[in-house]
Amino acid sequence: MTVTVRIPTQLRELSGTAAEVELAPGTLAEVLAALDAAHPGFQARLFGDDGELRRFVNVFVADEDIRFLDGLATDVADGATVSIVPAVAGG
Amino acid sequence: MAQVQALRCRECAREYDVAPIFTCEWCFGPLEVTYDYDHIRASISRETIAAGPLSIWRYADLLPVDRNPAVDLGAGFTPLVRADRLAAELGLGEVWIKNDTTNPTNSFKDRVTAVALSKALEFGFKVAACASTGNLANAVAAHAAHAGLRSFVFVPANLEQGKIVTTAVYGGNVVAIDGNYDDVNRLCAELAGTYPWAFVNVNLRTFYAEGSKTLAYETAEQLGWQAPDHVVVPVASGSLLTKIRKGFDELHTVGLLDEAPSVRVSGAQALGCSPVATAWLGESDTIKPVKPDTIAKSLAIGNPADGYFALDAVRNSGGGFAAVTDDEIVGAIRLLARTEGIFAETAGGVTVATLAKLAGDGVIRKDERVVVYITGHGLKTLDAVAGQVGPTATISPTLDAFHAAFDADDLLA
Repeated sequence: MTVTVRIPTQLRELSGTAAEVELAPGTLAEVLAALDAAHPGFQARLFGDDGELRRFVNVFVADEDIRFLDGLATDVADGATVSIVPAVAGG
Repeated sequence: MAQVQALRCRECAREYDVAPIFTCEWCFGPLEVTYDYDHIRASISRETIAAGPLSIWRYADLLPVDRNPAVDLGAGFTPLVRADRLAAELGLGEVWIKNDTTNPTNSFKDRVTAVALSKALEFGFKVAACASTGNLANAVAAHAAHAGLRSFVFVPANLEQGKIVTTAVYGGNVVAIDGNYDDVNRLCAELAGTYPWAFVNVNLRTFYAEGSKTLAYETAEQLGWQAPDHVVVPVASGSLLTKIRKGFDELHTVGLLDEAPSVRVSGAQALGCSPVATAWLGESDTIKPVKPDTIAKSLAIGNPADGYFALDAVRNSGGGFAAVTDDEIVGAIRLLARTEGIFAETAGGVTVATLAKLAGDGVIRKDERVVVYITGHGLKTLDAVAGQVGPTATISPTLDAFHAAFDADDLLA
């Protein structure tokens, strides 16, 4: 059972240039912790000193912004995709 | 470019060399161009500006572009129109309309696009692209055609027909996405990491955003090198509002204004997409993304990337926010048209409805000189008013029929 985490260009130096990383399902917090364990450095880049996701880091689970779901407690089920995307702006 | 120092993260202040990048590698915060204001001050003057082109490029010293000639379809230097009839109707003393409906593709997006594509050519890009709720698509397709660049513009499929046609006519690629603007944006962020394209509001965003400062520059120049007391600005991503404030401050920094500006900046949003107004009204520091549901599609950014900076700018300047209903938006479009002969799109309706609401609440005062930014032409959102306005009478071609339709007293007034 796997979930796919899509890595934005800005962070591919941490994943060894991989655009996608496969990990075990779980809560988003668990998946991101596993991401950091597999590729050290993600924790520091995604999370601030307060343990929360940095405010300009957007995370989507199955194409839905986690702020509309359960935040870091959002369940990432088998086969789901997690996308990490910087905040983008208007047009 | 001697006038530019570096790109700096607005969140953590890390600095980067000039490049087509838009987010901080460390914290994902948005990057901003920093300038060598001493260098600019040494050569800029009211006279050099007055002698410059009748477009945004008269302010080239304050823009992050070296290229000469820049991509120039004539964006900017739009009319600043005194709106006495509107002011009277709202109980205000002095209101001016900055009428950006008159730009080449009829929205303020021509300003930011001209800057972005000039920069794109400097960087060697061959393809222009953007995510858009419509106005930017128009501007990018047109400017790309003018500059000889290929283009890919991405829009939500449910966009007004007028905006799609007025983009496609320029001959570039128009990709309609089954989703909302935030979905389009996310796709473009991923494409920008894949293809060597100049996405004006993604990888070129840092430079693109600077074009909005020209709205402040022109306002001051057209007021005789004075800053207004209060401005009302529509808020989608929040970028326009923050750059207008930056523009007034820069004019003083480089010696073009005699006094430091103390402009109160107020923001305008539609109730159906008002994440920043909600935070302000709730006195909160947290902006919660929303799913937009409003006729003001050009302001339908559910997750505004510059929301926090817009909130800070409004708070620090002593301005206010309003979130107005769709009915209020349409009413305001008609009010502006009836009192001043200017036809704004729904974003303009949001702005004028906010002006009315804040005036009614006393947040905007009668003793203030107020400038209202009308960012796009009503032709872009005809559907908003099409059901409400039409012929006063439809009659046979006879005098009798005419007199039956109109009161004699009215005709002789």
